[in-house]
Amino acid sequence: MSDPNVDPPVVSGFSRTSLDPPVVSGFSRTSFDPPVVSGFSRTSFTGRPLVQLTLARMREFIREPEAVFWTFGFPIVVSLALALAFPSRADRPVAVGLYPGAATESLRSTLKGSHGITIRDVRPDDERRALREGEVNIVVVPTTPPTYRFDPAREESRLARAVVDDVLKRAAGRPEPWTAQEQPQEVAGSRYIDWFIPGLIGMGIMSNGMWGIGFGIVQARMRKLLKRMVASPMRRSEYLLAQLFARMVFLPVEVLLPLIFAVVAFGMPVNGSAVTITVVALIGALSFGAIGLLLASRARTIEAISGLMNLVMLPMWIVSGIFFSSANFPAAVQPFIHALPLTALIDALRAVILDGATLAGVRSELLVLTIWGVVPFFTSLKLFSWR
Amino acid sequence: MTGNAVSCAQLRKSYGDVVAVADLTLSVQRGECFGLLGPNGAGKTTTIEILEGLLRPDAGEVEVLGLRWADDGPELRQRLGIQLQETQLADKLTVEETLRLFRSFYTRGRTIEELLKIVELESKRTSRVGRLSGGQKQRLSLACALAGDPDLLFLDEPTTGLDPQSRRQLWMLLEQFRSRGGTILMTTHYMDEAEYLCDRVAVVDQGRIIAHGAPKELIARLGQPKVTTHHGTLEDVFMALTGRHLRDE
Repeated sequence: MSDPNVDPPVVSGFSRTSLDPPVVSGFSRTSFDPPVVSGFSRTSFTGRPLVQLTLARMREFIREPEAVFWTFGFPIVVSLALALAFPSRADRPVAVGLYPGAATESLRSTLKGSHGITIRDVRPDDERRALREGEVNIVVVPTTPPTYRFDPAREESRLARAVVDDVLKRAAGRPEPWTAQEQPQEVAGSRYIDWFIPGLIGMGIMSNGMWGIGFGIVQARMRKLLKRMVASPMRRSEYLLAQLFARMVFLPVEVLLPLIFAVVAFGMPVNGSAVTITVVALIGALSFGAIGLLLASRARTIEAISGLMNLVMLPMWIVSGIFFSSANFPAAVQPFIHALPLTALIDALRAVILDGATLAGVRSELLVLTIWGVVPFFTSLKLFSWR
Repeated sequence: MTGNAVSCAQLRKSYGDVVAVADLTLSVQRGECFGLLGPNGAGKTTTIEILEGLLRPDAGEVEVLGLRWADDGPELRQRLGIQLQETQLADKLTVEETLRLFRSFYTRGRTIEELLKIVELESKRTSRVGRLSGGQKQRLSLACALAGDPDLLFLDEPTTGLDPQSRRQLWMLLEQFRSRGGTILMTTHYMDEAEYLCDRVAVVDQGRIIAHGAPKELIARLGQPKVTTHHGTLEDVFMALTGRHLRDE
């Protein structure tokens, strides 16, 4: 390896050699004049690093058509689909299954005239399937007295049993002790779709915050762009803050779009003030953004970050009450469920949008969200790998 | 040591059992172009990243522009221009937006117009970075490094993967930077590049400097090439020093 012709490497004090100035031909000389100091002022608003970093992130987002669809279009598609699948329940009749043939003729004529009952023919060998699929809620077998086949674990089934039993007994001559006065009320905001929309908005804030921030950072890390950024005088905290700020800019659209859609398409009532809704959404977005930052602090591949995101988001999808109330879970786990950021966000959004709650009314939820924002942000500042 | 743009002494850095840099000492004078040569895995990138303040050495002293990373990091960053190996700038941003972003980090420096003009990307100002050619991307990356009008440029393999035209154009830009008194510390695999651009070079292998000097001196010291089909070049020196066997990595 060592060559006798080469001196040992003592580098300091080496005299500078006079190399002939190389001549580059064939290229026009560009002007490498001394810099003009004016023209671009760093103190101007748009010259600030935080503004430029935020702008850069926003531009990257809006120039990614897929991301834009998932953020803005997807919630509308979901709410439309759910509205079609679960129409208002009040006037939905119960489905009663009867065997075809003469044996069920008297049952058929009794039930047929009753309000709120739909009769479907069910063959005996097909009965179990029809019940399972919810095609019929109850099967009435023509014995004396009649036999009810239904699933008591299903709400619709129990309801169908009560309706059928009432109709048949009255037809058999049961005396009515009295008739109650009925005052049907359409309580605005009590439909499933009304209940669902705030959950959908909360879900959007969670997944957009986490994917939007997590993916962007991991991609920049994979491209060695993070390393390039910290090789410049950029402040690291400003880079991370800019990721959060860029999210905030699109938040109003993200929240308003499904809300306006629900008001126009389903006549959903919005009882809370716009300011309160915005504040709740903002705090929620910041806290999920911070969680996204934390997850992205070390991940080096898209696979790694996707796995982490799913690990964190999936449990909340299930327990935090997006599609069905989190009250369905046992009392023992309720404190944990309510300590989750998505539960806090959705509870707060429902209280504000549907019940018109004030910020003071949802302060405990906001506290939970704030903790979920502050702790992950500062943890990620410590953990974050810029290489 | 203060007269030098860069000086480091007894630098050492290892990753587990692998010693990347072993007792490396060098100095770069103000106004010169200094080249770090060496085969893959020789420790060039580790060395330059230590000097750039991106890696902390296990041992050794580093002084850049008379300042130290531990005490004057932020000030030092303002005065350096850095081009890393393999950085991919954001594809979705335009050339101008990218420059504006990097320019915003520096308290002083060049205007966007000047930068575009220097690297001859005025016509690409509104193009997305993802649509630029390799040479254009490399010039944009250089423009980002020049945004703060630096006193010292660190370049890690600035022309790797470029076509001859783009390489020549980049050389010319670096020449111009030098002619204004700028200092350059670069790594390269191309001996013709080192011969053309560098006042002095150091050949690094296995984390040590095994030879250093002006390219012409090194060539002269090697003597006549053993196969006399051509005049001696820096490449002959390099091969004589680092051997002809293929390197992994």
